Amino acid sequence: MTLRAGDVDLTTDIGGLVLDNPIATASGCFASGREMDRFVDVSGVGAVVVKSLTRAPRKGLPTPRMVETPSGMLNAIGLQNPGVDAWLRDDLPWLADHGATTVVSIAGDTVDDFAHVARRLRGAQGIEAIEVNLSCPNVEHRGLVFALDATASAEVIRAVALVADVPVLAKLSADASDVVAVARAVVEAGADGLTLINTVLGMAIDPVTGVAELANTYGGLSGPAIRPVAVRVVHQVHAALPDVPIVGCGGVRTVEDVVQFLRAGARAVAVGTGGFVDPFATETLRDGLAAWLAEHGHASVQDIIGAVTLRRPS
Amino acid sequence: MSDVSVRGRIDRDGPIQVVAEVVARRRSGPYVTLVLAAPALAARCRPGQFLEIAVEAPGTLLRRPLSIARAADSADGGVGTVEIVVGPDGVGSAWLAEVHTGERLDVVGPLGRAFPLPQRTASCLLVGGGYGAAPLHYLTEVLVPLGHRVDLIVGASTEDTLLHSLEAKRIAHSLRTTTDDGSAGQRGRVTDVMAEAVERGGTDVIYACGPNAMLAAVSVVGARLGIEVRVALEERMACGLGICFTCVIPVRDRSGEVQMRRSCIDGPVMDGARVEWRRMGLDAAVDAAEGMQLAGAGVVNDPGGVDGSDGGVR
Repeated sequence: MTLRAGDVDLTTDIGGLVLDNPIATASGCFASGREMDRFVDVSGVGAVVVKSLTRAPRKGLPTPRMVETPSGMLNAIGLQNPGVDAWLRDDLPWLADHGATTVVSIAGDTVDDFAHVARRLRGAQGIEAIEVNLSCPNVEHRGLVFALDATASAEVIRAVALVADVPVLAKLSADASDVVAVARAVVEAGADGLTLINTVLGMAIDPVTGVAELANTYGGLSGPAIRPVAVRVVHQVHAALPDVPIVGCGGVRTVEDVVQFLRAGARAVAVGTGGFVDPFATETLRDGLAAWLAEHGHASVQDIIGAVTLRRPS
Repeated sequence: MSDVSVRGRIDRDGPIQVVAEVVARRRSGPYVTLVLAAPALAARCRPGQFLEIAVEAPGTLLRRPLSIARAADSADGGVGTVEIVVGPDGVGSAWLAEVHTGERLDVVGPLGRAFPLPQRTASCLLVGGGYGAAPLHYLTEVLVPLGHRVDLIVGASTEDTLLHSLEAKRIAHSLRTTTDDGSAGQRGRVTDVMAEAVERGGTDVIYACGPNAMLAAVSVVGARLGIEVRVALEERMACGLGICFTCVIPVRDRSGEVQMRRSCIDGPVMDGARVEWRRMGLDAAVDAAEGMQLAGAGVVNDPGGVDGSDGGVR
């Protein structure tokens, strides 16, 4: 008997956050959700991870904020967002009304900033999880990005986990010299899961004028250019911490990319820049994954999570 | 003719994704005009809106935003086509310029806010620069049948980069051209002939599109003449969908506070008087426009009539 796509079980679980399907949106790549309702039904997205929210509204950085690079793009937005209170008032009710599975990304300059935002989210109806964007400069520590440092990352996660009433995911950076050490530290501090990876810090210069392309000089590289880095990090962390749920993220464009992340050990996959190119990416990948699994004889997405054969066992 | 395929919420007015065949291709100077058979798309388009078109140039990832240069709705007796004008800059444009009749393009649109049309019969001055003038020809074709007067000013650096539209010329009340080097029309900038055009045309509203420096200058001159200016802005854009926050423009809101507005979803058409041009680094253009002598600007010839000759100011 051959399997049909409609019979494949796509449900997955990220540390208590149960998803109908493993295709999530990457933070900052689906705005507040409303913009994408013009194209897709947000209730069909595995998880809508909203653009990072901060304690107070932020206007963000000047332009240029973006430059395309080979098979990718650099961005430096500066966390433009309406602030957690305006978001709770204006955007969350819309997401809840439209049946979205909402994960709230939070950001801050200090440990207390993160804790403040997490406290504001307590008890709000329609929030399924918190994702902590650790790729923010720590103003209390010479602007060193939290995600680069295991101790600073753990401090933030401990403060958030203390007040959160939903699962807490820590979003880590491949820019850390030992991302496995950061992963261990945040899990010990109370993270229920990990999102791997955020953008990779980069720079581009106009060769003729000699001017830095981005107003902010440096920016985050995303797109297929970083996919192998992200798959490597997911695999490394999954190998070290096999019981910790992982959301894989970085350069997902095709169903085959999704399958790679799942095989590396991710239980869900977030699509970011890919959604800029294909506004229907969440639907395309969800339906395509079901078809791929059926075609390859898998009745459940769980069959392939972590299913990778190494040529040389590590 | 029909769209090759259509995806999206076709029951709503918003953007859709179509695969459309290129049914005609014209080269004029450095520009290439592509005509797409896309009735479902054409029926939704309005002047000032844009399309996001997938390109397959090596190493590229993102769609390219292109203004809609014309849309002939089959419901109005047209054949359901949409036109774009491709400029000479960049690898994406170079790829698009080589697309030939019979080939297909993957298009998302229409996107963004259109030029708001006058509520009462009005005298409209349309000002365009370079290939950015393309949407103004489309706007002319929409305004004139509604009974509005249209005076056109089209500028460019040289004669061969002036964008001509025989149809717009034919139906506009007058056409003035300027070139930086004087190789066609009056030597100088579009703003040099604005005051005279406004006086002679009894202008109620100015619509402009082209490079941002030109839009800044037109907005300043419009404000000095006491006339409302609507501009279609250009800013680097990754998605065009409202989700990436790269294409922001500093805009002063009613309370006087400056907000970073997305040109893809809050624009591209904005009120020129509210845009903070100096924050966009356009001080030189603003200073020049503020310092211009407006009264008695230029020697006045009889503006070209319905014959659409380059008459007017030479």
